[in-house]
Amino acid sequence: MSFPWAKRYEPTHPFMVWVDEKLPLPRLVHGAIGAGYPVPRNLNYFWNFGVLAGFCLLLQIVTGVVLAMHYAANTEVAFGSTEHIMRDVNWGWLLRYAHANGASAFFAVLYIHIFRGFFYGSYKAPREMVWLLGVLIFLLTMATAFMGYVLPWGQMSFWGAQVITGLFSAVPLIGDWLHTYLLGGFAPDNAALNRFFALHFLLPFVIAGVVILHIWALHIPGSSNPTGVEVKGESDTVPFHPYYTAKDGMGLGVFLVLYCGMVFFAPNALGHPDNYIPANPMQTPAHIVPEWYFWPFYAILRAFTADIFFIPAKLMGVLAMFSSILVWFFLPWLDRSPVRSGHYRPMFKWAFRALVVDLIVLGYCGGSPAAEPYVMISQIAAAYYFLHFLVILPVISGLEKTAPLPFSITQSVLGGAVSGDEPAHAVPAE
Amino acid sequence: MTDSGGELASGDTAVRRRDFINIAAVSAAGVGGLATLVPLLTQMSPSADVLAESTTEVDISAIQPGQAIKAMFRKQPVFIRNLTPHEIAEAEAVPLSALRDPETLAARTKPGHANWLITMGVCTHLGCVPLGTGEGEPRGEFGGYFCPCHGSQYDTAARIRKGPAPKNLFVPTYDFETPTTVKIG
Repeated sequence: MSFPWAKRYEPTHPFMVWVDEKLPLPRLVHGAIGAGYPVPRNLNYFWNFGVLAGFCLLLQIVTGVVLAMHYAANTEVAFGSTEHIMRDVNWGWLLRYAHANGASAFFAVLYIHIFRGFFYGSYKAPREMVWLLGVLIFLLTMATAFMGYVLPWGQMSFWGAQVITGLFSAVPLIGDWLHTYLLGGFAPDNAALNRFFALHFLLPFVIAGVVILHIWALHIPGSSNPTGVEVKGESDTVPFHPYYTAKDGMGLGVFLVLYCGMVFFAPNALGHPDNYIPANPMQTPAHIVPEWYFWPFYAILRAFTADIFFIPAKLMGVLAMFSSILVWFFLPWLDRSPVRSGHYRPMFKWAFRALVVDLIVLGYCGGSPAAEPYVMISQIAAAYYFLHFLVILPVISGLEKTAPLPFSITQSVLGGAVSGDEPAHAVPAE
Repeated sequence: MTDSGGELASGDTAVRRRDFINIAAVSAAGVGGLATLVPLLTQMSPSADVLAESTTEVDISAIQPGQAIKAMFRKQPVFIRNLTPHEIAEAEAVPLSALRDPETLAARTKPGHANWLITMGVCTHLGCVPLGTGEGEPRGEFGGYFCPCHGSQYDTAARIRKGPAPKNLFVPTYDFETPTTVKIG
């Protein structure tokens, strides 16, 4: 599962030799994220975000488990126990702010990680399985984040649960039954809160399991790189440790500065004041919005205001919202260009930039009230979103004249004159 | 050729007694395993105490024409509205062909109580509580209810007229126990 020149694991200490014979776990770590994993030498900082996402998952599990020691999943006391954490539990305020902002940080990191994949064609053969597992991780993370947001049982928690579980009532024939089944009642109540807590606790460990599969699948072909040219020889790679452990450590430091800035100086900047009002099933807040990381998908949900043929607007919105992520599963087969990296694809580069703008527009509309002009803008932006994946990508992969690729990673790093294993030195001018 | 057991034994593809035992054992274990899904999955459905909260009695004597109240039924709001003659006329003047979910006002009220419009206060889009019961709340373009979440508008018979909701506000099962008390559920 690695290149032939990968450094072998050779324990020297007798204890480590003993462990290696009984349970070769250090060997596994060495080959997965240690010196035994050769990585392209030219990775840029966008390649930090996989490790950062893993760090965010760990952060959420650690803060989440300790919060669960103080939280009570019962509608009578859930809101109070959240305030108890904020006011009475030792360092509770820090743990909860770290967890709540950790969710935002996790999504910020995931979006950059996903868009890194979009631009550099990381989803293309031979890494399709890495991509598919990644989309699955994203879906599981969305489900986990949604259920976590319900737990404080504030107004936004309650009405978020009402609206999102209401999506399932759009399913033809069995919709109402399914809605009641998922909630364990006719509206979000104790049964729903309890099961959301159980699942919110469970799913991160499921995600951790899929992350292991994601990394396993990645390590078969090895990491991609900014040129998209596959590794050709030993000079194209450096060992993960110490080169990328150091680079990821640097990225982690920058990430933690920004994250701690949020936690300590603007802990509620991304939250909603309405969620500090206890849940009231009789009164809907004037403006229901999900957390910022769901805005683009929420805008797509709301973009359908009229029935299309025999399909009701509500069902269309729900189908479109789910399809907007499910379409990513088909990405390796929609983009047929053999060139991976966007750097060498002049038309794709513009399509990619347009998609980024489109997502930002959708996000802005998703966070705005359901009124004009936002409805019309989100209709146009939602149409463009699907156009990008279903029409533009397949078409430009046939039309486009791509720029010449470098012969190898080493050549792209050291300049045109160098090839093979020559040492890296500046070529003097003639 | 047959062996001493008497089974079919002509060649490698013949069915042996052992094959039957394997299939029977795995099938029995499979059916047993699937049966465990019944409790594991049905525990998610509403429990007996949730289902038991299924009726509510409301005294409507204090509701003046033009006023509405929110009552609670199955932990969800119910709108009880005393329609004015003008609102009734407005609802009856709408042709059914103009409606997304065609229903007459008469079909949505009880005979002899045409002024009492009793509906769930749950928007049929995604379940928000529409505005329009309280004094001064917006009632939308059609004078009924207005859902602030995604802009659905209901008329004076609580029928959907505009916006994303697919259906009229749901009319629960109810009865007038006396002229001034209704039992919902």
